[in-house]
Amino acid sequence: MPFIPHTESEIKEMLAIIGASSVDALFDEIPAALRAGDLTKVPPALNEMEISRLMHKRAELDGRYLNFIGAGAYEHHIPAAIWEITTRGEFYSAYTPYQAEASQGTLQLIYEYQSMITALTGMDAANASLYDGASALAEAVLMAVRVHKKSQKILMPRTVHPVYRQVVHALVKNQDIELVEVDYDRQGGHVAADALKNISGKDFAALVVPQPNFFGVLEDVDALTSWAHEQGMLVIALVNPMSLALLTAPGQWGNNGADIVIGEGQSMGVPLSSGGPYFGFMCCKQQHIRQMPGRIVGKTVDLDGKTGFTLTLQAREQHIRRSKATSNICTNQGLMVTAATIYMALMGPQGLKQTAAASHANTRQLLKRLTDINGIESVFNRPYFHEAPIKLDSRATDVLRALEAQGIVGGYSLSEHYPELGESILVCATETKTAKDIEQYAFHMERIISKRRLDPPCAVKVSNTTPV
Amino acid sequence: MSEIPHDLKYTKSHEWVRKNSDGSMTIGISAHAQELMGDMVYIELPEAGAELEAGNDCAVVESVKAASDVYAPVSGEVLEVNEALNDNPEIVNKDPYGDGWMFRIQPSEEEQWEELIDADDYEAMIASEES
Repeated sequence: MPFIPHTESEIKEMLAIIGASSVDALFDEIPAALRAGDLTKVPPALNEMEISRLMHKRAELDGRYLNFIGAGAYEHHIPAAIWEITTRGEFYSAYTPYQAEASQGTLQLIYEYQSMITALTGMDAANASLYDGASALAEAVLMAVRVHKKSQKILMPRTVHPVYRQVVHALVKNQDIELVEVDYDRQGGHVAADALKNISGKDFAALVVPQPNFFGVLEDVDALTSWAHEQGMLVIALVNPMSLALLTAPGQWGNNGADIVIGEGQSMGVPLSSGGPYFGFMCCKQQHIRQMPGRIVGKTVDLDGKTGFTLTLQAREQHIRRSKATSNICTNQGLMVTAATIYMALMGPQGLKQTAAASHANTRQLLKRLTDINGIESVFNRPYFHEAPIKLDSRATDVLRALEAQGIVGGYSLSEHYPELGESILVCATETKTAKDIEQYAFHMERIISKRRLDPPCAVKVSNTTPV
Repeated sequence: MSEIPHDLKYTKSHEWVRKNSDGSMTIGISAHAQELMGDMVYIELPEAGAELEAGNDCAVVESVKAASDVYAPVSGEVLEVNEALNDNPEIVNKDPYGDGWMFRIQPSEEEQWEELIDADDYEAMIASEES
């Protein structure tokens, strides 16, 4: 049985009824020169057996490594119950149904999700999620410009994830929105107070405050938030939800709290899976809710006074507001949000706190062991969450390759985006890493680093032939 | 159909304009417009001091079933907005020509008043739309 509802005979029947000779004839209005033609890069269709084989092969390319890399996507333990429940038939759909109110269970789940995310961030309202953390930041930038009304400029610190900055640039560059970079302090790895001194606040719609920032470093969020508000800017908080189990919620930053809070939700029960799908979350203060993009589920009562759930504030969305909608995206990452909601419910505040605290403690232990090695030092001196850069006296890419040969993904090389930091790598140890794992990493790192220092490549052959 | 006040002028996009004795003009949306929209849930007003240009969108009315732009009937500076609508947007449904006014403007081009539609023509226009 075909899964696509339009069979050849059905298409013929429909064309006959409307009196069109072919599907192509329906597109006559578009001049031939403007048609894209055939999709030459798309391979021919595969059957289930072939596609299953191909996907297994591709999945194996990821390999199995002892993982000390974070840089935006984090390996956390996902209890088996989470995906067991998420993949039940009642939940197993990527989308909010088109007749949303017919699916009260789905809407209730999104409502619970919104409630949990607002509790975690300390904000008034949340939407039903966005595609991922990077596009959520881009939406937050667009939203801040709409709310602010007077400025099209955004202060974007270099401590924001470099890939996020690229995504934001790609999404806003043709809308006359200017992203102005703010440098970071070379000792602390946080947004430098001096870099902000010369900035006249009147020209900016918002300051982005990452917490923890891309380096894992904790920013001085209270001072940054209060400073931005004094200058008449909004504050966009970019946060890791796991860290909020320990750190001050953005709703309480500074005197008035952040205005918009966004972030990547992957660490809440979503597997790494070669880079996606993940989901972005977005929260705001009540007063800005009509400028927040995406779907929002509300709780209400029906004619009989029974509790029910409904999509609300839909007038902001594209099916009603057309080109003036808050965003051209009004869908959400339903399945990932389902997993995250079950994850948060199962872990509870205490479980999240333990996971976050264990991740922090493991990273401290990892950093201590690694910086004890001759030739490795810490890059920054400020507090961090579960990630921090270390500086090597050998080439970072070579060391990472040598570690990979030992089955260890040792970290993320910073040289591409932060050449001024030299041979530095960003390392991370979540709660999934045992003391033994950390020892294993430190053991191989020490061996690789000392070997590279004592035996430069040209001496390798000689030392191999020397009797021991 | 509801009564269309004869002391006001109108636009094709269903705003009304009242000329005040001090030369300023008060603007709202017609009874016909609020009937089409249904129960108002939110009204986004321009900011006092904003410079508006005739024909450009300057406010948004949002009802349970739609959201629609309000266009400036004449050019000029916004002197005052009806803050009462922030908390009680339903006033626009109850009294569109009175307490449901939206903003007051100091017109920069007086002659634009003459280009607006008078009550009889506006009545004829909506009658033809409905037929």
